Amino acid sequence: MKEQIQNLLAQATGRDASDFADTSEDLYADGLIDSMATVQFLLSLQDEFDIQVPVSEFDRSAWSSVDKICEQVKELQND
Amino acid sequence: MMNWFANLPNFSAYGTPVYFIYLLIAILPLGIGIYFGKRLSWYEALVSFVFIFFMFDGQDWQQAISLIVYIIYQTCLVMWYVHYRQQNNNSLVFYCTTFLSLLPIIIVKFTPAMVGHNSLLGFLGISYLTFRAAGTIIETRDGAVKDINWWKFIRFMAFMPTITSGPIDRYRRFSKDYRKVPSREKYLKMLEKAVMYLFIGFIYKFIIDYFFAQQWLPYVEQQAMSHAPHLSWWVVAVAYVYSGDLYFDFAGYSLFAVAISYIMGVETPMNFNKPFLSKNIKEFWNRWHMTLSFWFRDYIFMRFVFMATKKHWFKNRNVLSSLAYMINMVVMGFWHGVTWYYILYGFLHGAALCTNDWWLRYKRKHFKNLKSTKLTKFIAGFITFNFVVFSFLIFCGFLNTLWFNPSAMK
Repeated sequence: MKEQIQNLLAQATGRDASDFADTSEDLYADGLIDSMATVQFLLSLQDEFDIQVPVSEFDRSAWSSVDKICEQVKELQND
Repeated sequence: MMNWFANLPNFSAYGTPVYFIYLLIAILPLGIGIYFGKRLSWYEALVSFVFIFFMFDGQDWQQAISLIVYIIYQTCLVMWYVHYRQQNNNSLVFYCTTFLSLLPIIIVKFTPAMVGHNSLLGFLGISYLTFRAAGTIIETRDGAVKDINWWKFIRFMAFMPTITSGPIDRYRRFSKDYRKVPSREKYLKMLEKAVMYLFIGFIYKFIIDYFFAQQWLPYVEQQAMSHAPHLSWWVVAVAYVYSGDLYFDFAGYSLFAVAISYIMGVETPMNFNKPFLSKNIKEFWNRWHMTLSFWFRDYIFMRFVFMATKKHWFKNRNVLSSLAYMINMVVMGFWHGVTWYYILYGFLHGAALCTNDWWLRYKRKHFKNLKSTKLTKFIAGFITFNFVVFSFLIFCGFLNTLWFNPSAMK
């Protein structure tokens, strides 16, 4: 799953997947992703994993690293 | 009755050092209560009422009535919509409700431009209360807010430390804080921060800003006006001095508001994070008046991009992001007021965000080997800072006075 998420992040930001190799890195603090890419990423996440993430439920601190995103996706899949 | 009310003394929020003595004595019992694990809700309501009363009494009594009517109006609207949303979810109803929630501020902002005087509906803080109410409606639409207690909503709207100028909190966050009492350990840490924020605030607002606002700004403005309507180097000085004044005044105020909230056991979000050290304009908006820019980001920018992407309105994502930046910042300009300089200010910041994005793309493509060094960071910070100062010169309206209304200053 981590690899899938790294690829989606790369697609949404126009960066290389290797930029997201550090799965605990804070994506927002380090400027790897902005609001625009966040929305693109969330939408691709919805298609890929068949989950629903309402934009206003989206809390940056809970989605700020690849590890945290994995957790969130798993949680939403279980719902 | 109104005469009596109009003759009472008026204390604007955090206006003088003495104000803090009254305020701290008044909220001391609340702090003791929280320390022992209890929220003294009724006492808190009473203290809030008294302090809000003295912000709006005296000459401002009409504003007090507008404030009360406004809060009742928004509370009814939000309560009704939450009730409606529990059974239905029609988009048109959502848009109409949002429009009704924004209607008072639209009237207040457009009235001066249309009829030349301020609307009677207005009161100090209406812009900030609008964000709280409209934000709650949007989150209700998304299903994030499911139930609302009217009393808690009024407390959220009229939360005394932040009522006139923010920071802008969100209902879900506020009510979570409000439901529980922080543990003693956590509360002591909050108090520690509160004391620090208060003292930094004193330095900002009562010492540094004294020089910017009282000593330097009137002087440079007067010098610049002596050349009116022509530009002079003094206008450049106005830009820098005004920027310093704006920052130390507003950041100082925000620190007070956050500190007093902490003492009352509510973790109101911070508003500023060393904005002038930003290395690009995007970073600037993550550090400057953060609760406002995050509100716009979450409720306007992200929602617009989300909808446009989902419905495939644009083929090119760079076109989409540029348009979203422009909408976001121009709306922010209008929110400040319907004058050419506020709107131009919003427009400039929208254009700057687009340019910033374009440059990041260009750099990634053509200067792959350009390393980030101390020098490049300094240059980037220098450009950002000076652009921001220039935009504040537009924002402050001094050019309007200089060019079109020089008699107003003399």
